[in-house]
Amino acid sequence: MKILRINTRTREHRFEELGKYAGLGGRALTSRLVLSEVPADCHPLAAANKLVAAAGILTGSVAANSGRISVGAKSPLTGTIKESNSGGMFAQKLARLGILAVVLEDCPPKDAPPVNICINTDGVSVTDASAYAGKGTYECMDKLRAEFGQRTCAMLIGPAGEHQRLAASIQFSDPEGRPARAAGRGGLGAVMGSKKIKAVVLDDAGCGVVSPAEPERFKDANKRWVEILKSHPVTGQGLPAYGTAILVNIINEAGALPTKNFRFGRFEFAADISGETIAETISKRGGKTKEGCHSGCVIQCSQSYLDKDGKYLTSGFEYETIWAMGANSLIKDLDDIAMLDRTCDDLGLDTIEMGNTIAVAMDGGVIAWGDGKAAIELLRKAGTKDPLGAIVGNGCRYMAEAVGVTRVPVVKGQSLPAYDPRVVKGIGVTYATSTMGADHTAGYAVAQNILKVGGDVDPHSKAGQAELSKNLQVATAAVDSLGLCLFVAFAILDNDKGVPTIAELVSSLTGKPYGVDDVVALGAATLKDEIDFNRAAGFNAHHDQLPRFFSEEPLPPHNLTWDLTEEDLRGALVK
Amino acid sequence: MRVTLKCFATLGRFQPENAADFPLKPPETVERLIARLGIPEEEVAVVFVNGVHAPRETLLADGDRVGLFPAVGGG
Repeated sequence: MKILRINTRTREHRFEELGKYAGLGGRALTSRLVLSEVPADCHPLAAANKLVAAAGILTGSVAANSGRISVGAKSPLTGTIKESNSGGMFAQKLARLGILAVVLEDCPPKDAPPVNICINTDGVSVTDASAYAGKGTYECMDKLRAEFGQRTCAMLIGPAGEHQRLAASIQFSDPEGRPARAAGRGGLGAVMGSKKIKAVVLDDAGCGVVSPAEPERFKDANKRWVEILKSHPVTGQGLPAYGTAILVNIINEAGALPTKNFRFGRFEFAADISGETIAETISKRGGKTKEGCHSGCVIQCSQSYLDKDGKYLTSGFEYETIWAMGANSLIKDLDDIAMLDRTCDDLGLDTIEMGNTIAVAMDGGVIAWGDGKAAIELLRKAGTKDPLGAIVGNGCRYMAEAVGVTRVPVVKGQSLPAYDPRVVKGIGVTYATSTMGADHTAGYAVAQNILKVGGDVDPHSKAGQAELSKNLQVATAAVDSLGLCLFVAFAILDNDKGVPTIAELVSSLTGKPYGVDDVVALGAATLKDEIDFNRAAGFNAHHDQLPRFFSEEPLPPHNLTWDLTEEDLRGALVK
Repeated sequence: MRVTLKCFATLGRFQPENAADFPLKPPETVERLIARLGIPEEEVAVVFVNGVHAPRETLLADGDRVGLFPAVGGG
């Protein structure tokens, strides 16, 4: 495995040995590289920032659900270090090309044209992408596959990334070639835009899977691994049948579904936007209720959502998106919500950030509450040079400042996901203390607080939440570094054989000893790197806080407030 | 007494027609209600009564809102 460095100003590239990065992968690699090579005080859209896309330690092998990509840089949205994780075909093809990570460095002049980078077994080519400029990711994917081959995949940005909007995503194409998977959070699309890269295309024709050092041991371990994933009711049944939107009803029932910009814990029309309704709608219209975001996925939580006329509209239509565009904005029309999701993917914008931005715009009177059509129109401006579009595309905090809204659900500039921290206190700890800003995936305590998977911790009490969040943050950093889908955590937290089996996969793949302790150490070291970067960038314990309104306003129906102190939250930090 | 009852996801097939206003004779526990609906006990992973996680021995009261879920996850 090699690291490929591309200088976006000179267009020169070089392959390097892993050197000091050997043994790392995914988030462990992106965070170590950003800590080592990016000045913490740099402007995230200036030449000193680097954008790193890394395959995980297990990626490229046939290990189930090991095809996730980690994208890292200093975030223009939060000012912290960032790892944003996505599905799609990119990570597997990258690893199969013998490349563990691509690092995009430096910046061309502001008036330079955008370029596409294509990587295949012959090497690296950089081609003019003027014909792609300003185009949505769906149209660009069609053009890229026509230009570079139908079997290629890509990481690419939409107009929002080209305009360097703070909430711009990087989109990844799925097995069908649709750019429906996203490294959404933290504005990394803007970093890619600042480097004038429209797309990185991979063609792995002629490459095989990454072969294990000990094939028989690996095969046995993977067989057990697949069995662990398939036998757990969440990864084996719930997620394939209903997708992640299966959560709408249970979070609503728990009184934890943030509604009308975090004013209420239940949404009157939750049933209209539930996983059950979505699955029924998809089936009725002839779409697909289950799909994988990458080859080798045995969970299949994705789908193809068709519009009223039976035409493909979107995929990777997630709970978080449906909440943000739905309950939080009081929009109940599923087709409007699906169009908002499609528009985010096409313009290259984070759906969680955009849902919060729309809700704050509604709070500020820019558009009416619940008006899905107006929300779509507002969102579309974010792909243009319209000044209101710039405000939308820069996210929730920016919108709040622009329209004078004081109810701003962000931590370190990144807006909150789909669980109210006042009644799911474990996830509140993660929002407050994560190295990433408010991020549910960083330590998903919803599992133990609400779903009762992997343990049982009372969601309304502050007892035990800091320790729970800390342990989950370490485990998540490890999962993200291995290249595994985070949803494997549901199965491994309930199965004693889970983590040992993962360690066995790593050991038999690499031919080196690897144990459970190594998995934990990998996660802890990654978090320490991220904390070190953030400290150097000026963040401290005072930034590890939720917005004050969560402590002041009780949330119906349980009428609880956020009551964890700065001291309580310190317990969640890895030292 | 009467409760509001909801059976979600794969448990939807056990939801009775009068679920929105379901009559019960006290004393009734969550456990007995699950049996009364014909739901195999192992299929129920999470029970809410009035939005709070409820153990199986919880006694139901008039006007309670009961939610039954199989194992679910996502995010």
